[in-house]
Amino acid sequence: MATRSELLLEHEDQGQERLAHAGRPGALWSLLRHPTAMVGLAIVGSMAFIAIAAPVLAPADPTTVDAARRLSPPGGDALLGTDNLGRDILSRIMWGARLSLGTAALATTLILTIGVGLGLISGYYGGFIDDAIMRVVDVILAFPALILALAIVGVLGPGIGSVMIGVVSVAWADYARVMRGLVLAARERQYVEAARATGTRNLRILLRHLLPNVFPPIIVLSSLEMGGLILAVSALSFLGLGAQPPTPEWGAMLSDGRAFIAAAPQLMIYPGLAISIVVIGFNLLGDGLRDVLDPHTRR
Amino acid sequence: MTRYILRRILYLVPVWLGISILAFSLALLAPGDPVRSTLQAQGIDAPSVEQVQALRNELGLNDPGPVRYAKWLANAVRGDLGESVRTGEPVLRSLTDRFPRTAQLALIAIILGLVIALPLGVLAAIFRDRPLDHLSRFGALVGASIPSFWLAYLLIMLFAVQLRMLPVAGSNTPQHVILPALTLAIGAAASLTRLTRSAMLEELNQEYVRTARSKGLREVVVLVRHALRNALVAIVTVTGIRLAALLGGAVIVETIFAWPGIGKYVVDSISGRDYPTIQGFVLFAGTLVLLINLVVDLAYVWLDPRVRLGGTAGGH
Repeated sequence: MATRSELLLEHEDQGQERLAHAGRPGALWSLLRHPTAMVGLAIVGSMAFIAIAAPVLAPADPTTVDAARRLSPPGGDALLGTDNLGRDILSRIMWGARLSLGTAALATTLILTIGVGLGLISGYYGGFIDDAIMRVVDVILAFPALILALAIVGVLGPGIGSVMIGVVSVAWADYARVMRGLVLAARERQYVEAARATGTRNLRILLRHLLPNVFPPIIVLSSLEMGGLILAVSALSFLGLGAQPPTPEWGAMLSDGRAFIAAAPQLMIYPGLAISIVVIGFNLLGDGLRDVLDPHTRR
Repeated sequence: MTRYILRRILYLVPVWLGISILAFSLALLAPGDPVRSTLQAQGIDAPSVEQVQALRNELGLNDPGPVRYAKWLANAVRGDLGESVRTGEPVLRSLTDRFPRTAQLALIAIILGLVIALPLGVLAAIFRDRPLDHLSRFGALVGASIPSFWLAYLLIMLFAVQLRMLPVAGSNTPQHVILPALTLAIGAAASLTRLTRSAMLEELNQEYVRTARSKGLREVVVLVRHALRNALVAIVTVTGIRLAALLGGAVIVETIFAWPGIGKYVVDSISGRDYPTIQGFVLFAGTLVLLINLVVDLAYVWLDPRVRLGGTAGGH
């Protein structure tokens, strides 16, 4: 959430050098031998599996209220206990994975489409279009990400759709800026000049020649930002602006558990643990991908 | 040098105008009729046609958009951000009244974060790839990955519920600042530790460090007076960025700990559909971050003699 400006510090003005490394052969092989990347991939993979298979895996219905089983402790027939309405916490966390990862995946798709698209256009055409897009990017990046997303969601009114609009309208700016730098560097390369010299149409140059060559750094960026995105979505839900009850969402579950912090800490501990594990997974994967795909910024 | 600073300040103008346009346009996103929602916020559920018309004129809603923006901006520049529809207070004053508490919290948090991160990052760099380094990197990873709202409650469970050492909500005593500041500090420390480590590693690889060592300088002097001094340039920059980001974190942490700053205030305003306050907050926060970034840039120029003395100023 807050690390995006730091990412930018690492990403700015390195287009040329980074392109030199990007997409070299054997990247997949190095990734498979990178231990932290593999741990990250395993975490993200298992969570994705849980998210997809939640309807089959979950031992109980996530929204069925059972007054007789209120606040039962972990370890009984409800493995992680039940909440204040007697709902099975494990099942709610599994269904929550569906919502959190689904939201993050959809948001990332939108962010990539907008950010990469506008970055490509900005870098390739230059001039007035470039200026206009980059001034908007400057304004958005002037804010801490959560502040602006919060204000947008606040005005639109609560709901997972508002949250999606809020985070997408903020997060695309990073990608547009990084993408523009990469395109500026790539534009001077021979394959692009060659394509232009042979009369290839602009759109074709953009999609067939530029896009594939500048993609590896974008993959790294999106994996590193995925964690921040999940944190932002759950934070907004925690504040009551995201998923509404009885929808099982990690941030909202945590918020519901506040009143029972002393009597039944499991209401808060497990959803928080789920968020942390997923975010750690994406951060490990992103670090590993950066080492492999983008060695220039290796730390 | 002076030219660089002037240019840097001049560059703020278009970005600030952009921020003001953004803050103004937020109200356009609001669902429903702003007049009706304002009247409802004042407790008038079934307004008469006259009431609606009167308010419509009062709010200037009959003017075209650009005219409304120009009026809004002219007022904003004079410090008039309108009135809260919830409390009737002037928006700017309600923000400036609460801002010192947020600044206090953020400053304590960033100092605490640096106290944790600087030694940890320096030690991790010195003992690279040894257990201490792995431990500090793991700590930084976890600290950066766990949500602040969860961390806040883990700290509450430990220090307030179990140990009964610290108060949870409010701001009456000095002890009240500890838990919210610690929550923010741990998140900040995580990224500052990573950065300190990599900045130190970069400096330790430099020629001048080898020279200093071969001169027979004590290792402590080499590390602190030479390497750390140079690494500070990068650390100051990121500390500034972090400080700005703490504003975002403060929204959540202030809400949890009932800390009476602008973060909690804006969350309350969102629940009250208080659009003028939300707009004012966005303008206020954006302006503040621009100023923080300006100070950071100037500090960067001042700290780095290559920029301060050389002709490369402005090559930013």
